[in-house]
Amino acid sequence: MDPQNTRVLIVDDEFSVRDSLRRWFKSYGCNVDTAEDANNALDKFKDQSWDIVLLDIKMPGMDGIELQRRIKEIDENIIRIIITAFATVDTAVQALKEGAYDYISKPINPAQLDHIIRNAIEKRSLISETTLLRRKVEELSLPEEIVGDSNAMSKVLQLVSEVAGTDSTVMIRGESGTGKELIARAIHANSNRKYFPIITINCGAYPEGLLESEIFGHEKGAFTGAQYTRKGKLELADKGTIFFDEIGNISMKMQMDLLRVLETKQFSRLGAEKTITTDFRVISATNRDLEQAVKDGNFREDLYFRLNVFTILLPPLRERDSDIEQLAGYFLKRIAKSMNKPVKEFTDEALEAFGQYSWPGNVRELRNVIERAIVVSKGDVIERADLSFPFTFEDCLPAVDSLDDVERLHIQRILNKTGWNVLQAAKLLGIDRSTLYAKIKKYDLSQ
Amino acid sequence: MSYIHISLIRPLKRFNLRYLRRVLENAFGMKTNVVKSDLDISFAYDPSRGQYHASALLLRLSENPPADASRVLSITDADLFVPIFEYLFGEAQFNGLGAVISSYMLHNERYGLPADRVLLSERLSKEAIHELGHTFGLTHCFSPYCVMNPSTVVEQIDAKSMEFCAECRHKIEGKSA
Repeated sequence: MDPQNTRVLIVDDEFSVRDSLRRWFKSYGCNVDTAEDANNALDKFKDQSWDIVLLDIKMPGMDGIELQRRIKEIDENIIRIIITAFATVDTAVQALKEGAYDYISKPINPAQLDHIIRNAIEKRSLISETTLLRRKVEELSLPEEIVGDSNAMSKVLQLVSEVAGTDSTVMIRGESGTGKELIARAIHANSNRKYFPIITINCGAYPEGLLESEIFGHEKGAFTGAQYTRKGKLELADKGTIFFDEIGNISMKMQMDLLRVLETKQFSRLGAEKTITTDFRVISATNRDLEQAVKDGNFREDLYFRLNVFTILLPPLRERDSDIEQLAGYFLKRIAKSMNKPVKEFTDEALEAFGQYSWPGNVRELRNVIERAIVVSKGDVIERADLSFPFTFEDCLPAVDSLDDVERLHIQRILNKTGWNVLQAAKLLGIDRSTLYAKIKKYDLSQ
Repeated sequence: MSYIHISLIRPLKRFNLRYLRRVLENAFGMKTNVVKSDLDISFAYDPSRGQYHASALLLRLSENPPADASRVLSITDADLFVPIFEYLFGEAQFNGLGAVISSYMLHNERYGLPADRVLLSERLSKEAIHELGHTFGLTHCFSPYCVMNPSTVVEQIDAKSMEFCAECRHKIEGKSA
């Protein structure tokens, strides 16, 4: 913000004071207005906002202290500067306690006022900049790719909104490609830690020694090749969130080390004696059956309970059929834009194929199929022939033998696809509603 | 051809008038004309403050200017003030005709230092350009070396240059031609 964009309101009952200050601020290029008392000043807040308000402490009617209190209620970011002819420590302290930015005594030393105003403009500018950046961060951290309004996804998003504001440890379960990291990021983005980082560590991507160094950091010379001191992910996640992806893949030793850190929030870098204390929230994710791993002795039970405080189970894409078309449209728009291709829609046949495929690779697979289709498509429509599925449709058929099993699975799929809209599902199945109800009862189907 | 009319309100501390005229002529691209005035300025004196009211003085000094003068600059030794401020280096009519500057706060002796006529002439010249800049509609500029950078202590005057920055120069061109 420069002075030319700064709006200054001067409140003083003496005309000569208002006039001198008005001209002084005008010479800075500020947008200035004046008010002769508190009520007149408050009226001027009805039509517009102000960046800086200079107000006399002694005025007939409402005094400057009360006025600055009222202005603070309107907008606490407005810089309020008190002018007083009777500068005493008491009035100054009171004004500052009430939130005034500064106070200045009459007659004003121009150098002092110049100094205060330059700093005030700087502060106001920083406030505006911070507000703007926070808004941008919030926009950027919106869970963009969480698309879908199926019952299953609505439940997940409900859980995300419930747990985000708490500091609870969260475990996200779900098949590969269901979007576990997106959910972790959504929890972080909606938490009080959102202005601090979310640090992701893919536990399955590192050999054990390296994983230890990644998580805890190391001192120079801690091991062969450690040429520099390096902060670990836990340190980087201070005040933010650490996301352990594929937590089920860590070794028993790492499990023990991690358990200790989660209990104390204290650790040391490899090769260091100094203990570091950090403040982080833990979110973990896995596609493994951790309960079985605990039973088999491959995962520590105490760590399991420490991580599994609040569980979010992500449904596979085949159980949220009704979201597929929406997801496909979302990916088409996003990817076509990034590739600068004019592709706008799918043919009905292409959409039908999406509905018939069982998506073993879940949302990630859907995204990849669409990306490939956009690359190979010639016009502005994606046709069935542009789609290439990694598995055959037969591969995706459930391994069932009896006709009853086939019927049960098909009805379940159609009900999921229609979001359990029985009327719509019955129409698609070519049966009437009462028959569908009877079959739901027969096969004990549920949402 | 229009010019800047400079009125020296006596008594006045000695400074390099030729230097001041040259820098003003360079800065605004117009000639200067100097008159010495014995105007009694006691009408602007405020006994409660022991100072001269700058706005009252400026108003009187800008009355009845020479018909062909583009701007009127008055220079005085008087200690200037406006009601809310302790002191002023000068005052100008924004987008107007007149400006007044005072050497009272600008000379070294005031700060217990040996007299320096060169420095006083430089300070007066910078203040003269600055206040006349306001009469051409320029507001304060935050480019540190621009002559339109606001100065409330003499060190700030000494720190800035005698020149307009490119942006202020651009704004003033055409207006002063």
